[in-house]
Amino acid sequence: MATFTFELVSPERLLFSGEVESVVVPSSEGEMTVMAGHAPVMAVLKPGVVAVSEGKGAVRRLFVRGGFADVGPDGLTILAEVALPMEELDAETLAQHVRDAEEDVADAKTDQARQAAAERLSQLTELRDALVH
Amino acid sequence: MPSLKDLRNRIASVKATQKITKAMQMVAAAKLRRAQTAAEAARPYAERMETVLANLASRMTVTEGAPRLLAGTGRDETHLLIVCTAERGLCGAFNSSIARLARDKANALMAQGKTVKILCVGKKGYDILRRQFRDQIIELIELRSVRQIGFENADAVGRKVLQMFDAGEFDVATLFYSKFKSVISQVPTAQQIIPAEFDGETKAATGLDAVYDYEPGEEEILAALLPRNVSVQIFRALLENGASEQGARMSAMDNATRNAGEMIKKQTLTYNRTRQAMITKELIEIISGAEAL
Repeated sequence: MATFTFELVSPERLLFSGEVESVVVPSSEGEMTVMAGHAPVMAVLKPGVVAVSEGKGAVRRLFVRGGFADVGPDGLTILAEVALPMEELDAETLAQHVRDAEEDVADAKTDQARQAAAERLSQLTELRDALVH
Repeated sequence: MPSLKDLRNRIASVKATQKITKAMQMVAAAKLRRAQTAAEAARPYAERMETVLANLASRMTVTEGAPRLLAGTGRDETHLLIVCTAERGLCGAFNSSIARLARDKANALMAQGKTVKILCVGKKGYDILRRQFRDQIIELIELRSVRQIGFENADAVGRKVLQMFDAGEFDVATLFYSKFKSVISQVPTAQQIIPAEFDGETKAATGLDAVYDYEPGEEEILAALLPRNVSVQIFRALLENGASEQGARMSAMDNATRNAGEMIKKQTLTYNRTRQAMITKELIEIISGAEAL
């Protein structure tokens, strides 16, 4: 199967870089699977899980909290706001993220900002519920 | 002429100082390695961000609908200077060279009749600038308690800057920091972050004709990316600064240790000469005393 270059970077470090077969990206408009030869696209991410298939059935799962995905001719790059491997994610960190989001909603000054923050909060809680069960 | 005891004390005190500078140099070397890895780890993100933004910006040629963070407010009256320096001294000319760059810029702007506002990140820059720009400095953000600079720290500064921008408190923001080139060379740099500027090189490199799809829309993405870019640029500046600071401290302390060594050598020579002179003097006294009998 054809492979392509995938990079996942957070502001603090490069989390993943290498050749992969497919990547499931939690875009804000719904999940999408990127494979080799995908048309160039630029998408906003929602909090969710990026599933990376490196071939031979191995799947790496990484948690991202918002960011951008950029599919170009030379592969896929995800610029995540916060990203960590699923193994490092526990209920406590997730709860912290939810609390942060709640604060953002409370702090929002304009209606627009509040709506955006509320949306993120609901996406986060949704993800938490999905992971717990 | 200092007595032998004075000389001994002097040598002992220089030795103690040398021990301190030596220790500081080694601590700085260890910290430098960490700061350097952190700065290198953050580089891909900032670079990719720049490429993506430059790509987007190059196709947003229509100025009317362009976001203010990219196109500016259309005025050039009030300038915000964000001066990033270290929290501690004893690192050579590191702090003062950043402060000098900021001061020159501020003076040039004020000579043109523009309003200048200064935001200090790091205490040392504030200490230097406050003498001349007491009225211009609007805030000091201290990062003293932060051991390893994380993205949250930069994001907090970024948010503050954006809040001020949204409130219309300034038109142009420039970031001052020191770029880390090598242990012995740090380059004080001024970088304009609002409105965002991209050098022609990145633009040319990414000027691909690829037809991009945007999800949701071009404007929404740009509107979300631009504020984030401000924080990312500040984060990068802080990390570069962190590495530069340790590098500067390391070479400053290396110099100090060497100077202390020279000083000890010189003092020991004087001490030995004085000691010999005293012995000779005593001998002469004894001999001339015996002859007199």
